[in-house]
Amino acid sequence: MEIAQIVGMGLVATILVVLIEQEKPEIALQISIVVGVIIFLMMLDKIFAVINVLKDLSQRANINSLYMSTILKIIGISYIAEFGSQICKDAGSSSTATKIEFAAKITIMVLSLPILLAVLDLILGILP
Amino acid sequence: MRCLLVDVDILFKIAGIGIVVSILSKVLDEAGRKEQAQMTTLVGVVVVLMMVIQLVAELFSKVKTMFQLY
Repeated sequence: MEIAQIVGMGLVATILVVLIEQEKPEIALQISIVVGVIIFLMMLDKIFAVINVLKDLSQRANINSLYMSTILKIIGISYIAEFGSQICKDAGSSSTATKIEFAAKITIMVLSLPILLAVLDLILGILP
Repeated sequence: MRCLLVDVDILFKIAGIGIVVSILSKVLDEAGRKEQAQMTTLVGVVVVLMMVIQLVAELFSKVKTMFQLY
């Protein structure tokens, strides 16, 4: 019953945040960061299992490992960027959140360029 | 399970620090020592930030190794 633990922890943390927010909003923000990190760390083992299955499947299907690792990198970047931008939005500085998301998009675009080039090569090879 | 207990401990530690710091700064304010109240707030934030940064660094390193982000 891991979900019960997580929900309980979230409720306790929300109450603490509401309690402390009037006096010290900066410490309340840090409590919410800690809760986010803890829940993420608890879920990381499960994500690891799913990734192992995906890697196994891609090896069985003889997919180039470059594509798989690129996809994994993109997933990791988007998780981290989402985490950071949500915290910035929570603290009320949504312009910083927008910039984090922008940087994540650019990084993902750079990472996916080799795949785009491979697709273009394929299309050019098919065309007479 | 062990990990969770340690982590929830951190949560309560931070909340305790927040409550103590807010009470201290209020008392110092009432006593007419504005600068010391400000300093107490600053120290509280820095102490909590140290704990939070360790946790965030652990998260980032785990995500890095898992998704092969080097």
